[in-house]
Amino acid sequence: MSTEARKPPAQIALKIRRVLGGKTGWNGIAVQFAFAAILGWIAYEIVSNARANLENQHIAAGFGFLRNNAGFDVNQTLISYTGSDTFLRVFVVGLLNTLIVSVVGIVFATAIGFIVALCRLSPNWLLSRIGELYVEIIRNLPLLFQILFWYLAVLAALPNPRQSISLLGISFVSNRGLVVPRPIGESGFEAFLAVFVFGIVASLALRFYARRALFERGQMIRIWPYVLGLLFGLPLLTMLVFGPPFSFELPQLKGFNFAGGSRIIPEFVALALALSTYTAAFIAEIVRAGILSVHSGQMEAGASLGLSRGTTLRLIVVPQAMRVIVPPLTNQYLNLTKNSSLAVAIGYPDLVSVFAGTSLSQTGQAIEIIAMTMGVYLLISLITSAVMSIYGWRISRSLGA
Amino acid sequence: MSDITSSAFIREDLVAERPAPVKTTGFIGLVRTRLFNSPTNILLTIVGALLLWFTIIPSVRFLVVDAVWSGKDRTACLAENTGSAVGACWPYIQAKLPQLIYGFYPEAERWRVDLTLVLAVVLLLPLLIPRLPAKGFNAGLFFFAFPVVAFFLLHGGGLGGFGLSWTAGLLQLFDDSIIGAGQAVLSLSKSSPIGPLLWVVGNLILLVGTAIYWLIYPLTWLRDQLQGTGQSVWTDFAITAVVVTLIAFFLGGGVRAGWRALASSIAAFVAVAIIIKLMGLDHGGLPIVQTNLWGGLLVTLVVSVTGIVTSLPIGIALALGRRSTIPLIRIFSIAFIEFWRGVPLITVLFFATYMLPLFLPGNFTVDGLVRALIGISLFTGAYQAENVRGGLAAIPRGQGEAAAALGLSWWKMTSLIVLPQALRHVIPNLVNSFISLFKDTSLVSIVALFDLLGSLRASFSDPKWSTPSTAFTGFAFAGIIYFMFCFGMSRYSLFVEHRLNAHRRN
Repeated sequence: MSTEARKPPAQIALKIRRVLGGKTGWNGIAVQFAFAAILGWIAYEIVSNARANLENQHIAAGFGFLRNNAGFDVNQTLISYTGSDTFLRVFVVGLLNTLIVSVVGIVFATAIGFIVALCRLSPNWLLSRIGELYVEIIRNLPLLFQILFWYLAVLAALPNPRQSISLLGISFVSNRGLVVPRPIGESGFEAFLAVFVFGIVASLALRFYARRALFERGQMIRIWPYVLGLLFGLPLLTMLVFGPPFSFELPQLKGFNFAGGSRIIPEFVALALALSTYTAAFIAEIVRAGILSVHSGQMEAGASLGLSRGTTLRLIVVPQAMRVIVPPLTNQYLNLTKNSSLAVAIGYPDLVSVFAGTSLSQTGQAIEIIAMTMGVYLLISLITSAVMSIYGWRISRSLGA
Repeated sequence: MSDITSSAFIREDLVAERPAPVKTTGFIGLVRTRLFNSPTNILLTIVGALLLWFTIIPSVRFLVVDAVWSGKDRTACLAENTGSAVGACWPYIQAKLPQLIYGFYPEAERWRVDLTLVLAVVLLLPLLIPRLPAKGFNAGLFFFAFPVVAFFLLHGGGLGGFGLSWTAGLLQLFDDSIIGAGQAVLSLSKSSPIGPLLWVVGNLILLVGTAIYWLIYPLTWLRDQLQGTGQSVWTDFAITAVVVTLIAFFLGGGVRAGWRALASSIAAFVAVAIIIKLMGLDHGGLPIVQTNLWGGLLVTLVVSVTGIVTSLPIGIALALGRRSTIPLIRIFSIAFIEFWRGVPLITVLFFATYMLPLFLPGNFTVDGLVRALIGISLFTGAYQAENVRGGLAAIPRGQGEAAAALGLSWWKMTSLIVLPQALRHVIPNLVNSFISLFKDTSLVSIVALFDLLGSLRASFSDPKWSTPSTAFTGFAFAGIIYFMFCFGMSRYSLFVEHRLNAHRRN
């Protein structure tokens, strides 16, 4: 004769109140209504003012202008572009320029940052002081100051093309930029590319197989000789069979400037240099903090297990340090990408410079253009933070297991 | 006695002195243990020494040894005139110094800039030294009184009215907007499928607008009467003072406990009256200096101090909003913070320069400097919000619960218990944000404001001083200024961090 436990009352009203008003209940709902009314009022004012102002200036709202001809030139384009192309193509050109300078900056910033961090952690007193000096000086000067310094002072002081500084006779540095040999695809290019890609894929597959063998059967497979053969031996063999994949077109001085070769414009050099040295100082601090965050007992524990110093570092210290390093490091990469918008100060044709600068002043479509530009950066940062949360989730899962 | 000394286990002669251990302290020890203790380290030391040799020596030569210290124009700094390698061209900095500090601020009025700077330092120093008392009063002066005084000092101009006129103007603006919205809805109702509904809604809005118009009519009438009299500012001031003091008195507890509020309110209004009288704000004030004449370090400092002063309240509000349980406010705060943190500052400045004017009524123009300030405040506010949120998260729940158990309201709990502790936790982070704000102020030169960097860049194009070393000299000078400010702030933040963590050390 057991009686069923009585179910608690449904409390629907309470739940609704909780969802709509949070802990504060009906008061919270009232606050929200007032807040929504104020936001609505501001939005109404903005829209009506913008409409009236655009009408006064005879500007047609909308994205139709993207199909109009731009009519101006851009001095660095990764895809073919002429003045008769549309504003949409200008947008793409600018975006690609932003991405290329960011990628180059990220690569160099990471390399310099790790080197400076190692200097700061070095037992050598002089080297650690030099690392500290670098970080302190670079971090306490504005980035724009450094970009302008490289562009207006250092690069402008370089000689003109006729007296340019030659690097091994194949590259030339002058105040018109850096001229390097241009690779030109030859007959053996396709075969070379195919073999190269095959080598990478096969090496990855081999590594995957070896790790599985290690974890499931405890079997150690030595794979590095095969990987070396796949990555270098095979392409070399193809080169011998099919002939060289590409040749280089060397730059030559003709009159007052160089003919042939590829020219890297000085704006790009200045921007990439300033971005990578500036971000490197922050990366160095992150890496240093990450390595110091691993408890010294971890190193000692590794040694007491009989692992060598290198193995301890590779298997125990670095993975733990990476967990601390990666999130702020990604943040710095994001900062570098956002900071590349300072290109507008020296006229490097990035997204902000050609689209939010030149295109805006030509069309006057301020709302659309600035919204598109902000949207691109917002998208990049949202994607990065999404990737980072997945990373954080995986880390926490692996720690919990 | 003697048989003890002759025991077999006691040594008969002293052990020979061992050589002193290798010294590991002091300069010699440092050289031995940290520089030349192994072949690799010797190599690294040599590399480091070479690196220093090729950077420090040329820098010192450029800045001091080879530098030109006096001259009238560019001829003094040319290698063919001096006969040797030419380093920094300091006469160029001497000639351009006023421009780099004040911009085009009129020479006769520059004492106002100096006075503002002195005021800022006098107010800021006691805030920064932890041992000095009256932090709250001092912070109030710096964050509320100083910006207003600085505005009237730097920009000039006087008051047209006071609290009453402003309130009336603001309410009238709000009412006009409501009536405008009602008329817009009414005109929409003629060409819409749901016309009758819109007609009703429009008329309702119009009704509310008209009601508000008659509600605030006494206020606007009083303002119009005041504008007619000669002493409008003082009359308006007196009315505002009486009203605000009475409100403070009754909110503070009336006859029982309101005397303290009454006294402080009267003191504040007396201080305001003295300032108005001193600066002659009631009859025009100081001559107006338009902001397009401002420049150099002045603009850098104005932008950074305004950013610091305005971003903190914005940040606190957004951080509290993000932790709020009220859904709409939380969502709005998150979206606002993530939006500003996701875009580069330069696009924010473009937004403030080109888009903001479109959003304001046509007859309403905003000064270029103010536009940049709005953009920078919103941008930095979002970053400060995340700092403050970190501090709020560090406060144990028990603090808030204890405050609730004592019967404090949410506002009292936040302002008296949670926020003071949270803010103290994050002072180092806040100062670090201020450093990046100070560095970021250089970006305003891109939107045609001449801050220190902008003035420097403008001075390069002067043909009177164009020499090969001009650019390097200018960058050296500006670099030293930026470095001093940023390095000083970062050391201060380290000092505070050290102090805050004093209990954790052993």
